[in-house]
Amino acid sequence: MSADKRPLVQLQDVGRDFDVSRPWLNRVLEGAPRQLLRAVDGVSFEVEKGETLALVGESGCGKSTVARLIVGLYPLTRGRIAFDGLDLAAPGTDAPALRRRMQMIFQDPYASLNPRWRVRDIVAEPIRVLGLVASREAERQRVAELLRQVGLAPEEGEKVPHEFSGGQRQRISIARALSGNPEFLVCDEPTSALDVSVQAQILNLMTDLQERLGLTYLFISHNLAVVSHIADRVGVMYLGRVVELAQADKLFAAPRHPYTRMLMDAIPDLQMTGKARTPVAGEVPNPLAPPAGCAFHPRCPHANDRCRAERPILLGPASGAVACHAVEEARI
Amino acid sequence: MAAVAGWLRRAWGHDLAWSFRRSPVTIVAALLTLVCVGGALFAPWVAPHNPFDSATLNLSDGFTPPAWTEKGSAKYLLGTDDQGRDVLSTIIYGARISLGVGLAAVLFSAALGILLGLAAGYLGGRLDAFIMRVADIQLSFPAILIALLIDGVARIALPRELHDALAIYVLVVAIGLSKWVDYARTVRGSTLVERNKEYVQAARVIGRHPVAIMVRHVLPNTMGPVLVLATINVATAIITEATLSFLGVGVPPTQPSLGTLIRIGNDFLISGEWWITLFPGLALVVLVLSVNLLGDWLRDALNPKLR
Amino acid sequence: MNAPLLEVKDLRVEFPTRRGTLVAVDGVSFAIAPGEVLGVVGESGAGKSLTGMAIIGLLEPPGRIAAGEIRLEGERIDNLPPERLRKIRGRRIGAIFQDPLTSLNPLYTVGDQLIETILTHLDVNKTQARTRALKLLAEVGIPAPEARIDHYPHQFSGGMRQRVVIALALCAEPRLIVADEPTTALDVSIQAQIITLLKRLARDHGTAVMLITHDMGVIAETADRVAVMYAGRLAELGPVRDVIHAPRHPYTAGLMGSIPKLAEATASPGAAGARRHGRLVQIDGAMPRLNAIPPGCAFNPRCPQRFARCAAERPELLPVGSALASCWLYANGPR
Repeated sequence: MSADKRPLVQLQDVGRDFDVSRPWLNRVLEGAPRQLLRAVDGVSFEVEKGETLALVGESGCGKSTVARLIVGLYPLTRGRIAFDGLDLAAPGTDAPALRRRMQMIFQDPYASLNPRWRVRDIVAEPIRVLGLVASREAERQRVAELLRQVGLAPEEGEKVPHEFSGGQRQRISIARALSGNPEFLVCDEPTSALDVSVQAQILNLMTDLQERLGLTYLFISHNLAVVSHIADRVGVMYLGRVVELAQADKLFAAPRHPYTRMLMDAIPDLQMTGKARTPVAGEVPNPLAPPAGCAFHPRCPHANDRCRAERPILLGPASGAVACHAVEEARI
Repeated sequence: MAAVAGWLRRAWGHDLAWSFRRSPVTIVAALLTLVCVGGALFAPWVAPHNPFDSATLNLSDGFTPPAWTEKGSAKYLLGTDDQGRDVLSTIIYGARISLGVGLAAVLFSAALGILLGLAAGYLGGRLDAFIMRVADIQLSFPAILIALLIDGVARIALPRELHDALAIYVLVVAIGLSKWVDYARTVRGSTLVERNKEYVQAARVIGRHPVAIMVRHVLPNTMGPVLVLATINVATAIITEATLSFLGVGVPPTQPSLGTLIRIGNDFLISGEWWITLFPGLALVVLVLSVNLLGDWLRDALNPKLR
Repeated sequence: MNAPLLEVKDLRVEFPTRRGTLVAVDGVSFAIAPGEVLGVVGESGAGKSLTGMAIIGLLEPPGRIAAGEIRLEGERIDNLPPERLRKIRGRRIGAIFQDPLTSLNPLYTVGDQLIETILTHLDVNKTQARTRALKLLAEVGIPAPEARIDHYPHQFSGGMRQRVVIALALCAEPRLIVADEPTTALDVSIQAQIITLLKRLARDHGTAVMLITHDMGVIAETADRVAVMYAGRLAELGPVRDVIHAPRHPYTAGLMGSIPKLAEATASPGAAGARRHGRLVQIDGAMPRLNAIPPGCAFNPRCPQRFARCAAERPELLPVGSALASCWLYANGPR
């Protein structure tokens, strides 16, 4: 990484617990203890300006929680998040002003737009809240421009969300996210609710917009093929931790963490039609009682005593870091 | 599948009208409600007599039976009461008060319940716990008891003349306070669902103020069930008012509602003057039934699962 | 090919609405041989699930079969009275749906549900039924079935639950399994396990499987042949390898191109900073709504290769090499 590139977003040892205890009265009557779910634990990474960093993992691995922590939908339990070099939680920081420079695109195009608003109002909301334009006319023009930018006709702003298909709604979501002129977009599974042909349209649109507007993306997905297509760097998460973080081409050409390898193996591959393959064993353990040591050890073919006892940390440069004892010891 | 679902969703706007046309019962109920509301609104023009104008009252016309009976008079279609007041006219004026109290009580309780439910659901935490525990406690008392209690307190706290002047407002507040829990629970429930939807999260990421999110985003999406509840509660409120008036703690006899009329007529039931209490009673049944049927239809029409 | 186990001919499913009749499945014909897995792919709204529901006899009213025939082992089953159909559904057709949680009754143990289903359809006593339930649980890969049989559905993870649902579908040794998006609700690693399981069961028992999914990858892994649906009609039908590697219908070609592929990324490690990502093949526009299906070929407004005939005349399924495609491009092609 060259010296003039300061990371746009920086996460340091970020953690988030959710209180999943029974209600207070039940705890008192049944003597049940408080129960904390460590959704995200000790996550550190940086997102460079203009790049796309993808986080992948299975459901419950904490990738969406990381997305929500960054945009401030959840408060942090541990660690710090800095945007453009400024700690968002530090007393002197104007966090709202920094947060205006980031926006989010959500997964479910049917839930992410208020069903009772007209599309032009949905897209204009950030403009109004942030006071970005001086007049109604300027706002109208800006909304028309935004709709055109995402491939919709400005007249469609008069309609309400239920008149649109899933793909078109996702375009509206993107237009809304862009209307506040953000530099950083957090995309939480933006295409996983869409059909593949529509997914292709949206991915192409996102690639075009990134080029045209110089956007930085954090792209959350469970689909490795999508990630391989859109990401520059990829972080693989398992049970709340990043287990491998590497340049996309390197990661997909030579995955190093056993979990990453397992995920790659599990993808139904269009090229291998009819060929048999070894299915992956086991399932993700209960996050309320994660295994000691490396959380992956019960499913890992390379696990030894150290893996069962000691939790590995992410080692290596930003272009290829792995949290695995076996890799560290050069056993695999 | 999605295409069919999308198509159905587009048709939603017209579905109300369509399901209305398909249900003859609903049409009849709507017509009857319209007659009642129209009569109540335009009572001075619709009613054949003004039963509260003592100048036109003639005590010797008292206890005239309905027009189609032997001793009846064409002047008084449904007969007269002990003071010679035309029963039809008192019903029309009484319905006016019953409907007015019912609607006002529903507006009051809905406003209160929506506000508290929205705040409890969206803000959560201790406020939520507090509001909902108060609601739980209140729910363990019958609504009529709470209304009686509030009315009783008002009677003690206010001087007699002031109380008589304010009787209708006290009644509205009493009935309203006994009903806010329904709205609070409904709105809180929908708010809890809507709050976690992504469009609300999107508004939070934009940086909108929580109050703006509650009012502009969440509230409009919780109004469907509230509308149904309010319609059905108009009927309940009318019944509650009638019950209170029948018990003598409602509106003063100088401004009789349907409940007051039934109570007054009740005194003459044994002596054979059945019409004085029967017709106000029938009017009450028709009014409440119509409003209830409208509410039922609205609930079914707004419920996609029943279509 | 052997005599087909399931034969669907010119199936038409309609939804009468007050704004006219919507045709959700239109002239669909295919057959499945014993032991064969037929994949049915298409985007949401293409009619693939409704085709499956029509075969199981579980179309939600007002949806109805308006025309065509469905034959199971030569016997027509689309016009049977509900009671007969219900018997066939448990005995000879098994169904697996997307959400394993709603397919199981939360109030009964999985053992109770399996045993009850076995007793309903097979002539065995309770002990034999329990033995068979245990055997089924072991067969679908549930570890320690003796311990797990008395557990409730919520005590199983998503993947294990879907295995229980598969065991339930297998209770009466059905000849046909209709699996509607059986892996969609599952994580990728679990998905692969379920796919392998389905494939093995079809092979071992000679069961025909109709696998409905939107995921071409799942089809590629599991199916022998694939039917591609678009706007309620069959666009293409052929051996998986041919349809995936050499799609005939322009829609299939667009669909295949729009799937991001892992191999491309790994094959061309680009220099960082350069334009990294190529564009995916994109079919512009969207599948028409059921109330606005264009005349002629339903795909013609979006088709890059359309010509005059496409908008005027509806193409039939025409043989093209090893496959069938409903596209006028092949009207004068290899017969």
